[in-house]
Amino acid sequence: MIDYSEAQIWGLIVVLGVGTFLIRFSFLGLIGNRRLPPLVLRLLRYTPVAVLPGMVAPLVLSPAATGGSFDPARALAALATLAIGIAFRSVLGAMAAGAATLYAALWLLA
Amino acid sequence: MAGSTGKTQLLRGALAGLPFVPVVSPFAVLFGALAAEAGLDLAATVGFSTVVIAGAAQFAALQLLVEGAAMGAIVATALAVNLRMAMYSAALVPHVGTVPLWQRALIAHLNFDQTFAASVVHYEAHPAMTPREKAAYFLGVAGVIAPCWVGFTILGALAGSRIPESWALDFALPITFLAMIGPMLKTPAHAAAAAVSVIVALALAGLPSGLGLLIAGGAAMATGAAVESLSEGRAA
Repeated sequence: MIDYSEAQIWGLIVVLGVGTFLIRFSFLGLIGNRRLPPLVLRLLRYTPVAVLPGMVAPLVLSPAATGGSFDPARALAALATLAIGIAFRSVLGAMAAGAATLYAALWLLA
Repeated sequence: MAGSTGKTQLLRGALAGLPFVPVVSPFAVLFGALAAEAGLDLAATVGFSTVVIAGAAQFAALQLLVEGAAMGAIVATALAVNLRMAMYSAALVPHVGTVPLWQRALIAHLNFDQTFAASVVHYEAHPAMTPREKAAYFLGVAGVIAPCWVGFTILGALAGSRIPESWALDFALPITFLAMIGPMLKTPAHAAAAAVSVIVALALAGLPSGLGLLIAGGAAMATGAAVESLSEGRAA
């Protein structure tokens, strides 16, 4: 459960909203047609793929639902999601494969 | 005359946005449901989807809120996830860089993966479009996708607290992230960045929540850029 005050949550929403807007408005509004240094462009290309895997790895290896101990059903579901995502380049297809694997494994291993 | 072509483009954009409705709405429902499960009230949940309006960053912020991370770490992580939108912003300048400021500001706020992709594909196929027509087209696409994102967030939030525990919704978030990661692994550089992100994040799991992830993200970005440079050097 979330343990922050209402003011903190709204503060977060506003700060994230303003920060995200500034990122999106950067070139369209502020910087215009100037070109970015190639190194910066190169780093920007890897931001989502640099952050999301590190966030998801602990959630897969020590799920909160099992009190943090390794859970074969959830690990299998994670593998299936990743494999289908890589093979078919489809986010929704990967989610469906992950959910189907999770339910099948939870049922079989129960 | 200018008004009527603007309207035509707005309508064309809206039609182009329609196929994204079934793609976007499950994520929005999931965000609403997970936020409700985590104890976020409806107003704050809708606040995220209207003020921040960025899927992956919203999920990331929600996960770190549940973990009890420091506010600074949540802000830094969610904004890092959104940094790619600076590239989208730069890519739109040649198309709509000359339209009035309020239109550019509106386009900026509504510039996320789906609106950007749908619009740029169309611009490239129709190079004769004027900047004003392009802006109208973008706002047409966004005018369909953005309300759908917010509406389905509300639907998810209302359903969220009624979903039984046997649905194992706890794992919906990891599955969503993993489903987004798979298609991102397009090159060896992307795969290397993902691997470094995982290894460093796990190695630093003992640090206060969110801090290890930031270090992992920085190391992974540097890895991706370095591997890209190396493979370019080899190809040249």
